[in-house]
Amino acid sequence: MQPVTGILKAPPHATFAVSETLAFAIMIAALLVAPFYIYPVFLMKALCFALFACAFNLLIGYVGLLSFGHALFFGWAAYVAAHAAKVWGLTPELAVLAGTAVGAGLGFVTGALAIRRQGIYFAMITLALAQMMYFFALRMNFTGGEDGIQAVPRGRLFGVIDLSNQMAMYGFVLVVFLAAFLLIYRIIHSPFGEVLKAIRENETRAISLGYKTDRYKLIAFVLSATLAGLAGSVKAIVFQLASLTDVHWTMSGEVVLMTLVGGLGTVFGPVVGAIIIVAMQTYLAEFGQWVTVIQGCIFIACVLLFRRGIIGELAHLLRIRL
Amino acid sequence: MNVVYKKAPALGPKSGRNAMKRLLTVAVLSAVFASGPAFAQVNVKIGVLTDMSSLYADIGGPGSVAAAKMAIADFTAEHKDIKVELVVGDHQNKPDVGANIAGQWYDVDKVDMIIDTPNSGVALAVSQVANQKNKIYIVSGAATSDLTGAKCNANTIHWSYDTWMLANGTGKAMVRTGGDTWFFLTADYAFGQSLERDTSAVVEANGGKVLGKVRHPLNTNDFSSFLLQAQASKAKVIGLANAGGDTINSIKQASEFGIVKGGQSLAGLLVFASDVAALGLPTAQGLVLTETWYWDMNDANRAWTKRWQQERPGKYPTMIHAGVYSGILHYLKAIEALKGPKDGKTEVAKMKEMPTDDILFGKGTIRADGRKIHPAYLFEVKKPEESKYPGDFYKLRATIPADEAFRPLKDGNCPLVSG
Amino acid sequence: MIEILGIPSSALFGQLLLGLINGSFYALLSLGLAVIFGMLNIINFSHGAQYMMGAFVAFLLLQYLDIGYWAALVIVPVVVGITGILIEKCFLRWLYQLDHLYGLLLTFGLALVIEGIFRNYFGASGLPYRVPESLQGGQNLGFMFLPNYRAWVIAFSLVICFATWFVIERTKLGSYLRAATENPTLVRAFGINVPRMITLTYGFGVGLAGLAGVMAAPIYNVSPQMGSDLIIVVFAVVVIGGMGSIMGAILTGFGLGIIEGLTKVFFPEASNTVIFVIMVIVLLIRPAGLFGRAA
Repeated sequence: MQPVTGILKAPPHATFAVSETLAFAIMIAALLVAPFYIYPVFLMKALCFALFACAFNLLIGYVGLLSFGHALFFGWAAYVAAHAAKVWGLTPELAVLAGTAVGAGLGFVTGALAIRRQGIYFAMITLALAQMMYFFALRMNFTGGEDGIQAVPRGRLFGVIDLSNQMAMYGFVLVVFLAAFLLIYRIIHSPFGEVLKAIRENETRAISLGYKTDRYKLIAFVLSATLAGLAGSVKAIVFQLASLTDVHWTMSGEVVLMTLVGGLGTVFGPVVGAIIIVAMQTYLAEFGQWVTVIQGCIFIACVLLFRRGIIGELAHLLRIRL
Repeated sequence: MNVVYKKAPALGPKSGRNAMKRLLTVAVLSAVFASGPAFAQVNVKIGVLTDMSSLYADIGGPGSVAAAKMAIADFTAEHKDIKVELVVGDHQNKPDVGANIAGQWYDVDKVDMIIDTPNSGVALAVSQVANQKNKIYIVSGAATSDLTGAKCNANTIHWSYDTWMLANGTGKAMVRTGGDTWFFLTADYAFGQSLERDTSAVVEANGGKVLGKVRHPLNTNDFSSFLLQAQASKAKVIGLANAGGDTINSIKQASEFGIVKGGQSLAGLLVFASDVAALGLPTAQGLVLTETWYWDMNDANRAWTKRWQQERPGKYPTMIHAGVYSGILHYLKAIEALKGPKDGKTEVAKMKEMPTDDILFGKGTIRADGRKIHPAYLFEVKKPEESKYPGDFYKLRATIPADEAFRPLKDGNCPLVSG
Repeated sequence: MIEILGIPSSALFGQLLLGLINGSFYALLSLGLAVIFGMLNIINFSHGAQYMMGAFVAFLLLQYLDIGYWAALVIVPVVVGITGILIEKCFLRWLYQLDHLYGLLLTFGLALVIEGIFRNYFGASGLPYRVPESLQGGQNLGFMFLPNYRAWVIAFSLVICFATWFVIERTKLGSYLRAATENPTLVRAFGINVPRMITLTYGFGVGLAGLAGVMAAPIYNVSPQMGSDLIIVVFAVVVIGGMGSIMGAILTGFGLGIIEGLTKVFFPEASNTVIFVIMVIVLLIRPAGLFGRAA
């Protein structure tokens, strides 16, 4: 086994850094003010993907497992949430819960299968399983196939707040995002999180210390899948649409890109990465044919030169923790 | 998304002195009647939402943009008081990207009308957006007949073609010309299944028989085993209820297995001239298909194609491109009659009220359910030796008159149609 | 007519034969991936894009230089292999000290770039490429009509696979390669230019992908997307076979092609998911893969 170097090595740190709290405050302030200046639908899209990227980062940045099939949880949770809101008529928060639960379930099954192998194989297995579920989604009537599930009602939150009002919808998305973000933060900075990082550094040593690493990895995987499912469910309600795009392997690749650009293993990296990539896709839409090429070039550039990602480089420069 | 093609009103191909005279007259009259609404500048913004980069880039894509520019140029040449701005968006065949762009265009960028969208999933999503925001949406690219059926709304108009017309055109015409036993090669998803179902119904209603079918997964590479089954069925016609790469692969491999040479006909239920160009005549010869417009059918089409090819050298326009041209022209006529862009429902109602007439589709109408009506044509791909020049792909086998080509109004379950 | 499970035996044998053809492509591609992974420990995600490049170069040779299929069979793998060598020298060599996952990410990015560029220049509709004159037509074998070209595909890929296996497992050069995989430092100490071997190995693996592309051009649609969905199936094939041995990759490729062919007869709608289902089963029973060594 070749030695593990590069970004996947842990920097020394204390638990709750001042820099992180400051960055968090800045983030909340920005997100509260933004919808008055920027098209709220764009912001909501960015937040959903930011959550998706944070969920993915939990796995790669802190456990060292690269899952290339995260679209599986994102997309299928979106389908279930869309179906729950449209066909079963559930209120949005219940629909989102339904989708998230499905994300968790799928995460458990996938994780149990994929954890059996390490590193590269793990990535390939997640990719192959996601592709298999993509083909199921293509055929099943439930998902609406190529058309997807359309005309999903926004509904009334808790039966009271009408979410077709953009600002109300934004508020809901923001609250969900912040809650999940804080949850991830708490997970990372907890004894459980420390064991995960230990597994990432040197799994054999962790086993020798008596930790049942497979169980920890599985739990982390399920958590990551659940939060990815949460992101997908919210996205389905915001856009009133769940489609094949959400389960395709290119979606898995995009979340990897977002996390890479933002910074693997940093708390704020995925958020920044998601905003950048979503912005790029929206504002470069006129160059639609070049977006894939640009994304590929960014991948290459990040792997060769920018391994720490934007936030990672910033943190490294300022010698703080982000 | 914000590529802007601002078009100044052209002064026409007159000599310099005449042009000066006209300019002077217009200037004087404008000054005199400056306060009068009759000479007020009307601004319209049109968005071509299409697939610029992937599967449908050749049947829609940059070709649709070229057609749109031509329509705007032709209209504003005659009507100088209308200024049209054009924006282009790439929906990448994803319903959420399409819905996003449509929402942003209607809400933020003040786009008045969206046209094209080759991809039924995207079209359905954008149709919803247009309905919610009460703007107008003209579908030239997508196929699903649900747009004028169960999912119709008062903000959407469906141009060029749809799945019912394809099924009916090819199915009925083939049965009547002797192809009365069928075997289907179907892409196993909603679009393929509905195409197969509609065509089977037409075949059987006209006295034909469906001997069997096989469903293949979408984006299959290798059709050999399915083609083998089709060959064994000895059906006179093998119906390809699939699209895009699947159709091209099936046709290519059918040629390899000598299916057409063995006496069976291939009926492509969704094939465009650009697909035939991609396959080449030696492979595609004998293929039967239905389209509503072909570049080489008459002089007007040929002249238009020549102009179009200045933007798209080496390519051939499809019925989708023709539909973009025709749709924009009719829309602008309606805007002129309304003296400016209004809300979507009003504009759609005006377009349905006015009969259509343009150099590409001739005279036609738009029905209450949003369906544009024009004749359809059954074509057969020529053998290589029959083709006299590049682009000479088709020979005409039958013409389906406009009143028979599309699904009858009462059969569509469209909520807009009373009764 | 003997019937097996309700299908006439003739149809069954016909489908088995056709399954072998698909299996040839799986075998060639997973062989390339296995060779690259064995030497470089990198999963070459751009393998599908390089396969596509092979088909396109064959088309371009025919279109602009009037070079036909037979010459293309030799020229294309060399050309594509050279691009592989350039990729290795410019990009991959910086990653050997890092976690293997970076190699996956880099080649993924490369795949996006290559596919995107080809799509922008050639469009998505696909380009025509005919079966070469000498291989057109077919044999009526009684139970089916076998196009000559498909028979050629099976035969030629068997030859290539066997030749590759022979070189790696039975020749001196192959033994250097295998030794360098296990202990590069020691092999370098013997004076063997390991970095050059690595470069050439990557070039060879990529060249194999290009060769598969040329062979696919006459029968499959030559389009920029032709490699991207195929490569994921090949990944599943590789997981099933285990990356331990060359022979394992070859046998698994052909075997899965046959199983897929059978599925097309009995349960056609499932034919694109059957390989993944098998992968799940293998993972449950033998996590290291059928021929793999436990890591």
